[in-house]
Amino acid sequence: MQQIQVGADRVVASAVAQKQEVQMAFKAVNFHYGSFHALKNINLDIYKNRVTAFIGPSGCGKSTLLRMMNRMYDLYPGHAASGALLLDGEDILAKGCDVQTLRAKVGMVFQKPTPFPMSIYDNIAFGVGLHETLTRADMEERVEWALRKAALWDEVKDKLGKSGTSLSGGQQQRLCIARAAAVRPEVLLLDEPTSALDPISTMRIEELISELRAEFTIAIVTHNMQQAARISNYTAYMYLGELIEFGETDAMFLSPKDRRTEDYITGRFG
Amino acid sequence: MTSIRPAPEHLLARHLRQRIADGAFLLVTRAAAALTLLVLLGIILSLVVGASESIQKFGFGFLVSSEWNPPKEQFGALVPIYGTIATSLIALAIAVPVSFGIAVFLTELSPVWMRRPLGIAIELLAAIPSIVYGMWGLMVFAPFFAQYIQPSLSAVFGPIPLFGRLFQGAPLGVGILAAGVILAIMIIPFIAAVMRDVFSVTPVLLKESAYGLGCTTWEVVSRIVLPHTRIGVFGGIMLGLGRALGETMAVTFVIGNTNFLSGLSLYAPGTSITSTLANEFGEATPGIYTSALIELGLILFAITFAVLVCSRLLLLRLAPRDAA
Repeated sequence: MQQIQVGADRVVASAVAQKQEVQMAFKAVNFHYGSFHALKNINLDIYKNRVTAFIGPSGCGKSTLLRMMNRMYDLYPGHAASGALLLDGEDILAKGCDVQTLRAKVGMVFQKPTPFPMSIYDNIAFGVGLHETLTRADMEERVEWALRKAALWDEVKDKLGKSGTSLSGGQQQRLCIARAAAVRPEVLLLDEPTSALDPISTMRIEELISELRAEFTIAIVTHNMQQAARISNYTAYMYLGELIEFGETDAMFLSPKDRRTEDYITGRFG
Repeated sequence: MTSIRPAPEHLLARHLRQRIADGAFLLVTRAAAALTLLVLLGIILSLVVGASESIQKFGFGFLVSSEWNPPKEQFGALVPIYGTIATSLIALAIAVPVSFGIAVFLTELSPVWMRRPLGIAIELLAAIPSIVYGMWGLMVFAPFFAQYIQPSLSAVFGPIPLFGRLFQGAPLGVGILAAGVILAIMIIPFIAAVMRDVFSVTPVLLKESAYGLGCTTWEVVSRIVLPHTRIGVFGGIMLGLGRALGETMAVTFVIGNTNFLSGLSLYAPGTSITSTLANEFGEATPGIYTSALIELGLILFAITFAVLVCSRLLLLRLAPRDAA
């Protein structure tokens, strides 16, 4: 079996895993794109202030699962979810759920950097302004806080008025993380956040994710198994719309319980 | 000792032929470019020469005089200039928001099955010949406009100081306002089509990012999509404006064709540069009358040229913000 390096801080994390608080819970969740059954009876807990990674071959439903957590699928007709998805005990799939409020609680970062066509400052302030009315001073403070959280402040503090698109790819992605963090969500969804970045930018984002864990619950979809092993506390392996195995990352990568998981993480398949 | 092997005879000949063909190709493209420039210069020159008699006689006063009196050989272009600009601005004021609504609906809100038929229907508006718009405007739209729309507009806007004066007067149907409305209908398909196209190429991830922050559709469109596509949107508006300024047939039918400026009311009949030319060229006597008409054409050319230059300058100001 292939040797996979495991981060040291997770040894501590796994020791206290028993008393983890559940932030989000999938209860018998199914998802359909039209007639295609994309997610089959998913039951899964996402733990508070932990990083949960979703891995699996393309088309296994991991992105679909992530996009349920902020109801991004609402944008498209023919996409339908059933079951219950609890956030702090409330079912976000229920009809009465307010999507705007949900998205303030569950932020998202995408495969490619998507800076808005506005200044760096406004990129951050925009999302905050949607949900809160802050004084100018408070907003400036919030922008700085978010940019510091995303380890971007020192690089952009002298050019906050410049366009967000003027930054490099890695900086743009950190800007997007800052933008999501600025709203102070409870959960951050990261959909392959490093797939468009070079190795050094990827490393910085990975370091960032480990730091952000202190304040946010993080769910990340990744194609890169080493990345999942490096940064996550829990890993979910998905295949053809089913959740095959879910558990602590160390345990899963060292001794997967399911044969299919083992085949995938050892590179025999996928 | 080594020496470069000489290329075989047949290859040399072949390469020579290729070089000649390439040179000929270059000449042809140059000639095509030069031809455009020549035609442009020729048109400007003949307009200036044709208008010179009128320019010499009336000078700058031609632009600000509202007297158009062929028997007395007194000509001033203020009324047609005003008509051209006023009808085009009215057209833009109506067409831009409507086109924006159409484009947003088609790209963001409409059910998928409706997008194609609705898009085609709007494009078909552009296929209707302008003379048909003119006939429809005169015979169907103007009476309806006079009977139902104009009285309501007077009732709503009339009491407002200053602005209200635009909507006072006898509801005749035909007039500046009616011409503006018809022009608006004619340019909506152009502006809407451009807006829809640029809106639909806005990256999905960019829009999802905004929705993901908790934006409503309106916030996504106004704060993200519109700024992202502003250059294309502006281009679409300019395309519509260019068409509105130059449109002849439909305007001639519904503008009323009088060369008198009677107050501020948009209900009043008027004339545009193009409809004056269309109406009067046939009966114009050679000499100062014809020369004055040609000067009108020159002025229209100058107006459209100025619009083009202004839009270029505006685009230059808009562009750098996005540049990397």
